Amino acid sequence: MGRNNVFIHIVRFILLVLVQVLVFNQLNFLGFINPMVYILFLFWYPIKENRMLFIGMGFVLGLVIDLFSDTLALHSAASVTIAYLRPAMMRFVFGVNYEFQSFRLSNTTLVQQFTFLALLILVHHIVFYSLEIFSLSNLLLILKKVVFNVLGSIVMCTLLSSLFSPEKE
Amino acid sequence: MQQIINFLIRNKTTLLYLLLLSISLILTVQSHSYHRSTFFNSANWVSGNIFQTSSNISNYFGLREENDLLKEQNRELQLQLYNLTPNDSLELDTTGLRYKILAGRVIKNSYGNQKNYLTINLGSKQGVVQDMGVITGKGILGIVEASSANYAVVQSILNTNSNINAKIKNTSYFGSLTWDGSDFTTVQLEDIPRLVTLMIGDTIVTGAMSSIFPENIPIGVIKKFDLNASQSFYQIDVGLFNDMTNIRNVYLIENLDRAEILELQTSIEDGQK
Repeated sequence: MGRNNVFIHIVRFILLVLVQVLVFNQLNFLGFINPMVYILFLFWYPIKENRMLFIGMGFVLGLVIDLFSDTLALHSAASVTIAYLRPAMMRFVFGVNYEFQSFRLSNTTLVQQFTFLALLILVHHIVFYSLEIFSLSNLLLILKKVVFNVLGSIVMCTLLSSLFSPEKE
Repeated sequence: MQQIINFLIRNKTTLLYLLLLSISLILTVQSHSYHRSTFFNSANWVSGNIFQTSSNISNYFGLREENDLLKEQNRELQLQLYNLTPNDSLELDTTGLRYKILAGRVIKNSYGNQKNYLTINLGSKQGVVQDMGVITGKGILGIVEASSANYAVVQSILNTNSNINAKIKNTSYFGSLTWDGSDFTTVQLEDIPRLVTLMIGDTIVTGAMSSIFPENIPIGVIKKFDLNASQSFYQIDVGLFNDMTNIRNVYLIENLDRAEILELQTSIEDGQK
């Protein structure tokens, strides 16, 4: 990872956090839909990097969002979970060939990228809302929030990622 | 020993994940309890300043509505003032005051979560302390949970931890006001006994048992009521007067007798042990 790349990641981190807390956390579409676009950071992050570092980054990213939205450690738990599960999801979506040196996210089909993103968002939201509501008697409420927020997040993340694709050549 | 170290090295990512996950779970469970640390919330210096800047910009878009609201409030106060029968002498000194009031502005609001908090632009420099009551011109809003130098975090009534003493207006039947997390226009009033006659549309106000809020601050009106599972208490849905999605100017109330009341209550509780 060159110095330029580190700089890009830092800028992307800060911008995604700001967009998340200043725009998307205030959205409250239909009263409860707040798309979580900061997941894109974990979606865009290079595949070949150190896994330990990546999990650490996932945690820090979640913690920063938590500090801004007063949901201490809900976002951290959810995003550290998807950071940890990301390799398994990639193996599921892209098959074994994602481990080759030449693999790039931009070389895969759109359907594969979309499935990968949707999987990240789905797992993230399930962890997040289960922890937030934290009672099985409200299972219906958890399901409602997960389903609608997953849809909202997928729409916003797909739009943003097609606007600012990082690996365009 | 060698094997233990090998095991640790082999599973280092999983172990790191479990460590970070348990840290966040511990923080989550801790935030379920009542008081939280001052640093780990949106009143800290960085997020406070960012929200302040963003609110400075977006404030311009609501100035007209805000003006109308303040005019309406002024009108009501003037109505009360001119209809007041004047005493022959008015006390003007501040020694007899029970409540101190500060005016502030909301810089971050949320209502879509289970535990909603607001951030306001007043902090301990302006005299904000924990457990001050927060109201708007229309009704109650929440209780100050933590304050930093320039900002404070308010636990909204739309928070599943919230528990506020409330009563039916013009009676002394009191209950506790909680929120079930489903609808941001409605809160729940519990523990009103069955013998009370209720009507849809009755006004709910804050009760006298609270050492945080003065009595008779409006909360909302009864939307729906049922008996609870034990058939002896009502479960009441209260529609809020405040539009929780659109809140800018707030007032903070400090009860100057609170320390004395709490001291008295703890001394009695300690005596009973």
